[in-house]
Amino acid sequence: MDRKNRRRGNLGLAVAALLVALPFLPLFLWSFAGEWRFPALLPTGWSLRGFQALAEPGSRVIEATINSLVVGGAATAASVAVGLPAGMALGRYEFRLKGLVVFFVLLPILVPPLASTMGVHLTFIRLGLADTAFGVFLVHLVPTVPYTTVILASVFAERGVELEEAARTLGATPWQAFLRVTLPGVAPGVAVAALFAFLVSWSQYILTVLIGGGNVITLPMLLFSAARGSDPVLTSVLALIFVLPAILALVAALRFLKAGDAKKKQEGLLGLGKVS
Amino acid sequence: MGRRVKITLLLAPALLVVSVLFAGGLSAAVVQSLGYLPAIGRTEVSLDAYREVLGSRDFLDSLLLTVYVAGASTGISTVLAVLSALALRNSAGRLSAAIFQLPVTIPHLVAAVGIALVVSQTGLGARVAAALGLIGEPSEFPALLFDRHSIGIILTYVWKEVPFITLVALAALRGVAAELEEVAQTLGANRWQRFWYVVFPVIAPGVVAASLIVFAFTFGAFEVPYLLGQTYPTILPVMAYNEYRSIDLSSRPAAMAINVLIALITALFAAAYLRLGRGLGRG
Repeated sequence: MDRKNRRRGNLGLAVAALLVALPFLPLFLWSFAGEWRFPALLPTGWSLRGFQALAEPGSRVIEATINSLVVGGAATAASVAVGLPAGMALGRYEFRLKGLVVFFVLLPILVPPLASTMGVHLTFIRLGLADTAFGVFLVHLVPTVPYTTVILASVFAERGVELEEAARTLGATPWQAFLRVTLPGVAPGVAVAALFAFLVSWSQYILTVLIGGGNVITLPMLLFSAARGSDPVLTSVLALIFVLPAILALVAALRFLKAGDAKKKQEGLLGLGKVS
Repeated sequence: MGRRVKITLLLAPALLVVSVLFAGGLSAAVVQSLGYLPAIGRTEVSLDAYREVLGSRDFLDSLLLTVYVAGASTGISTVLAVLSALALRNSAGRLSAAIFQLPVTIPHLVAAVGIALVVSQTGLGARVAAALGLIGEPSEFPALLFDRHSIGIILTYVWKEVPFITLVALAALRGVAAELEEVAQTLGANRWQRFWYVVFPVIAPGVVAASLIVFAFTFGAFEVPYLLGQTYPTILPVMAYNEYRSIDLSSRPAAMAINVLIALITALFAAAYLRLGRGLGRG
């Protein structure tokens, strides 16, 4: 009975895996397709044309990749730096208006940042921040900071303060206790939060278009214009490059998740990442 | 250092970012929606933009489309997710986590591109249909992109969100539900009773919360409908963006009014989500 259930479960899992893999199938095939006319089920010729096109100087892929990495890296660093103390406050302490603070910090995850960014655009133009990478970095903080704050709040909430208090009893200064005990303890959580922030920034399209004004080209912008064009080869190659960090992050995150019963909570948190 | 001061200092940087860039941006959107745009010499304040937007056919069409896309995506995703969680509860835990985590992590843009290459009229689906002799020409395959029913958009969202809700439901199912269900079985409850009285109440809070997130997100999301949607009507965020981009600066208050309405509606869902979370007892 139990074995039968398990077999059925694993069959279901195979179906799920197939459905999950389905959209990647044409992406892989098109990336290496030389010729693939309509009724053919598989490409009738193979080539690396898409990859070669991207390597050409005029393709702007290198520039876009660098921009995406720089903006994403900066947004990650800043949102972890901002989310760490806030997460500590929310995860460790009970205080008046805490519910309101949580609501306020979470709001940019559910209320589309597009609305606030259109509002802030005029001010950015006046301050000379529009059309600059720095301006793009600033608006990317709107969706990234809530994630790092929420993830780190749950990390701090789970850990408790006992170890730190023990360190204090043994004569450590508050700063020593934080640096030697607290920080190493939350390091895996910080890594997860950083991965998240990076992916959220990496995936931004419309905020970058609005504030970057076409001056700051990032990978999703190239992918978008390719997808609106008529070359599935180029589109697919760009999509594969664009998706690479997400795959790497997934592998890394699954490694973190192996550890014990923090798992369930992390799964829920990872789920939040879809809102990117 | 006092406790209150410490908490305030710890929260200050995050609150500053959200206040200035997000709340400040929304406030600016409200101000501009009222017609106050000194840059083009308009300093009178009025509700004209709201009157214009709320009274227009375009807005109504767009709102209906948005509610339809968000509602259909959320409804289909929730039902499929609960069913797949029930079907997969006995499967290998880590493997299912890995499989479902993948769509959750993939950017929406990549999902949209992949789905488009599957369901377009020369896509993988059409080729399989041709191989089976169901169609002869690409044009005989149903148009699922840029179509009236927004099938391509909904399929992309379903592909992305079913795994998300499934993970939430699986986490609940693998916890306390299994034991409770066994007890119910011992006490003679049949399958349906076990689902309705034991399993459902256990997974419902998480699933409802996840569905609220999905609805709010699909209501306000821009990329997928911008790429795969028809030209008219468009989903609300795309409509706001098109108005905003218009060379005629006098349509800016209307764009901002649409933005403010989107923000209000999604904020309601955010409040419902958090209220639900608190009612369940935090942590």
